[in-house]
Amino acid sequence: MFAEVLFHAPHIDYAALAPEIVLTAGAVLLILIDALALERAKPFMSVLAGATLLGALIPVLWLANDGPDRSMFGGAFVVDNFALVLEAMFLISGYVVVLLATNYIAEGDYWESEFYALLLSSLLGMLVMCSARDLLTIFVALELLSIPAYMLATWRKRDLRSNEAGIKYYLMGVFASALMLYGMSLVFGAAGSTLLTEIAPAIAGDQPRSTVVLGMLFVIIGFGFKVSAFPFHTWAPDTYEGAPTPVTAFLAVASKAAGFVAILQLVYVGFGTRHDVYQPLMWVLAAGSMTAGNLMALRQKNIVRLMAYSGIAQAGYMLAPLVIAGHNAASGDRALQAIVTYLIIYAGMNLGAFGVILAVARKTRSAEISSFRGLFHYAPGLTVAMTMFLMSLAGIPPLAGWYAKFQVLNALLSASNTSGVLMGVVIGVNSVIALYYYGSIARSMWADDVPDGDRTPIRVPPALVSAIAISAVVTLLFGVLPQTIGHFTNSGLLAIGR
Amino acid sequence: MDFLETWGISIAVFVPVIAALVVMLIPKSWGDEAIKWTALAASLASGGFGIAMLVNFKIHHSQDLQYVADKKWIEAIGSRYIVGLDGISLPLFLLTLLIVPLCIIYSWNHFPDPHNPKAFLALILLLETGMLGSFVAQDLILFFVFFEVVLLPMFFMIAVWGGDNRQYASLKFFLFTLFGSALMILSFLAMYFLADPHTFDMRALPGALQGVALSTQVLIFLGMLIGFGIKVPMFPFHTWLPDAHTQAPTVGSVILAAVLLKLGTYGFVRIAIPILPAAAVKVAPLIGVLAVIGIIYGALGCLAQTDMKRLIAFSSVAHMGYVMLGISTLTQFGINAAIFGMVAHGLITGMLFFLAGSVKERYHTLEIKKLGGLLLDAPKMGWLLGLCTMASLGLPGLAGFWGEFPAILSSYSPANGLNVQLYRVFMVIAAIGTVLAAGYLLWLLQRTAFGASKQQQGEGHEHVHDLHLSEGLAWAPIIALIVALGIYPALIFKSTDAAVGNSLAPCLVDKTGPTCPELADLQHAARGK
Repeated sequence: MFAEVLFHAPHIDYAALAPEIVLTAGAVLLILIDALALERAKPFMSVLAGATLLGALIPVLWLANDGPDRSMFGGAFVVDNFALVLEAMFLISGYVVVLLATNYIAEGDYWESEFYALLLSSLLGMLVMCSARDLLTIFVALELLSIPAYMLATWRKRDLRSNEAGIKYYLMGVFASALMLYGMSLVFGAAGSTLLTEIAPAIAGDQPRSTVVLGMLFVIIGFGFKVSAFPFHTWAPDTYEGAPTPVTAFLAVASKAAGFVAILQLVYVGFGTRHDVYQPLMWVLAAGSMTAGNLMALRQKNIVRLMAYSGIAQAGYMLAPLVIAGHNAASGDRALQAIVTYLIIYAGMNLGAFGVILAVARKTRSAEISSFRGLFHYAPGLTVAMTMFLMSLAGIPPLAGWYAKFQVLNALLSASNTSGVLMGVVIGVNSVIALYYYGSIARSMWADDVPDGDRTPIRVPPALVSAIAISAVVTLLFGVLPQTIGHFTNSGLLAIGR
Repeated sequence: MDFLETWGISIAVFVPVIAALVVMLIPKSWGDEAIKWTALAASLASGGFGIAMLVNFKIHHSQDLQYVADKKWIEAIGSRYIVGLDGISLPLFLLTLLIVPLCIIYSWNHFPDPHNPKAFLALILLLETGMLGSFVAQDLILFFVFFEVVLLPMFFMIAVWGGDNRQYASLKFFLFTLFGSALMILSFLAMYFLADPHTFDMRALPGALQGVALSTQVLIFLGMLIGFGIKVPMFPFHTWLPDAHTQAPTVGSVILAAVLLKLGTYGFVRIAIPILPAAAVKVAPLIGVLAVIGIIYGALGCLAQTDMKRLIAFSSVAHMGYVMLGISTLTQFGINAAIFGMVAHGLITGMLFFLAGSVKERYHTLEIKKLGGLLLDAPKMGWLLGLCTMASLGLPGLAGFWGEFPAILSSYSPANGLNVQLYRVFMVIAAIGTVLAAGYLLWLLQRTAFGASKQQQGEGHEHVHDLHLSEGLAWAPIIALIVALGIYPALIFKSTDAAVGNSLAPCLVDKTGPTCPELADLQHAARGK
């Protein structure tokens, strides 16, 4: 009788879990040190967090060189090249966020070790997300990455806006989770399994079964919140504005990317057989996000809000290739390649832009766009860097953004169907709208006069300098020699769901 | 010599951008001189490679791509680093190599406000790389990247060193061109996916696209028409040009007129027409119509201007109309004329903008009403202005004539498959345009150079200098070329003729009739009627 309830411990491949284990250990260590050493340890916390992230990169690199994919828990957790490329991206972005946060957090009288411990936990969730190929694992990963992020958003405890940011983010996030969970239960009901690989064949078929359609809709919409796609974007500008800027950078880059990773796994592995359902949905989300994001960005006066809307538009560009992802195998590969390329390049250029915003705010204590006027006169280095990041976001060669956008168009046109070409035209028009606000900021930095004639140079701390430098190198390198990123994102390497 | 064969172009193209980085890194304590000399040396070094390549250019094989380099670039999308020079790109490549050092010399002692020679020269050098690269790229994606690299420096040049209304003008320029680029890249991608086998190689594309349906080809061609047409600029996409030209600093206007506009027309000659000849035949009448509208509209626009620089800018619209008319005939004759027209317009209008800049510097205004008596105040400048307006209105014996006259003549007998009557109408309209051109240019000359000096009427101008050394040095080569090309136009025709023939070869549309199947069908259908 006992035999029937005996628990069979699943086989655990510790090597495959090594990056996650390193992060967990790092987070725990931070908390312990804080508890034992109190104030004395404060200055080392950010260094330790950074070291943990770089340390976790070692097993990722080792796994990448190690050959075959590793799969655990009956296929619910898979470490393949797709997962490794994105894990590396998350770890490096996380490292840059730590660099961005170092001085901000230390000088702002905030709790330090908790900050980094939560950051690491959130990144842990993202790493898990990269490997999650099961509805439940995806859900657990999502909560693991979201809950610390809710707290990070309210980190400026006594600031009303920060509280507003956190609460809004939390309520919207929980709502989205609930919606998604309901969708997952519907999908499970229809497919009889939570494993993505088993869902795909189970929900296949030409007939639109309402449970399946509704389930897919809810799940994708749930992640639509996470990636701040129109019309589920409303939390983003307020949260971005209120949260501490390094956290905003983290939300705008890593958290958004995590949502995309989940969408990719769902679309390519779980719902791959039902492109008749997700393709039209993606068309609406993508076209809506880029158009609404860009149009609303035109009116912004606050640079962080502007970045929020620009991020909504960028999410639209990233969703666009999914419009033709199911057309045929070749265009599906190209779409996947395009999105992963875009995610990586977006991380580089967006983190860089936030780096400059942080640096400028150190002097001006303001996030108004007008505070960037005449920046060239007293901070030429920052101006050149910011111009690079903005123009890269606008997609101007030879900066990396052009290649990202090019890959998206490349994927869209590869299908040679009307919906792909139309989406391409929508992207073209949107790029022009977006250039208007990116270009206006760039012009105002170079050409306008300094507001109060205050030309004291900005002292940028070394951590921030290195964060901006890393982003700048990425932005320039991937733009001039796109093959350097092409190595990591070619379709043969990424192939998931096949 | 092998070194020049394989590396010549790449070095000439990339020396300026490297110099731009060096210029940016030169510490302030070294002073402006170090920056200026570095920039000048780099652009001259680049020019030196250009001359070496000109000397070794096999002019009798100008239809062949020479100095070709073909290297791996972005394997992930099948794009390669392919550069090469043939008879079509050579004159424009050399024009760029000539104009940039002259611009640096011209700016030597008078950088426009807010000064900052370091940033200014770095941008010019970056611009040079972009322009040179566009003329040598033989891969669509490579071309696109170089084509776009030009945008940023020009944007900042107008936005920072421009006139009062620079903010509006710079963004307008930027947005217009980017819109064109977006459509252009869509067309490039469409060609890539329709090509069999998939390729971005301009040399292989004409063959690879043979089997594509004509309607699809026309759509793609229209995408490129807007993309390149905005850059040219063709009516009705020209509205950015007068603003950008008027607001840009002198050197910016010169580069814009001399080289940047040619990127658009070059795109037609190098990419759109050779790769999609059948679609070109379909669309050519549209190009012709827009071209003659541009000629007349530009000329009428000139007559209405009160600002010298804006007038010259509008004259660009008209002159580029002649170039486009030549292209739209799709004949070897017309396209040769078009390329000559590009070079001639580059030299002449570039020179006119230089003069306008110098006039502005001396009189602090470009209001035509407030100018006058330039010949008395500064006789050398006055005579140069006279020479350039003559050249611009197409006086035989000067360079302008050989771009304009053959373009008009070529529309007398356009390529087979095109409506002859229609083109003769174009011819007449274009000829009327020359009269208008003579009108506005002579009027400009009369009002600015002749008459009594306003200075003596006590309007408070300080003493007006005639040519400065830097101006003389910068202008002499241009004037020499305007005269030399006018007297001996074969200098350019020799280089372009065979190359143009070759680029039209895939669908030879000439007296002998087209050889490609779609065109033959078209003709057949026309005869059937």
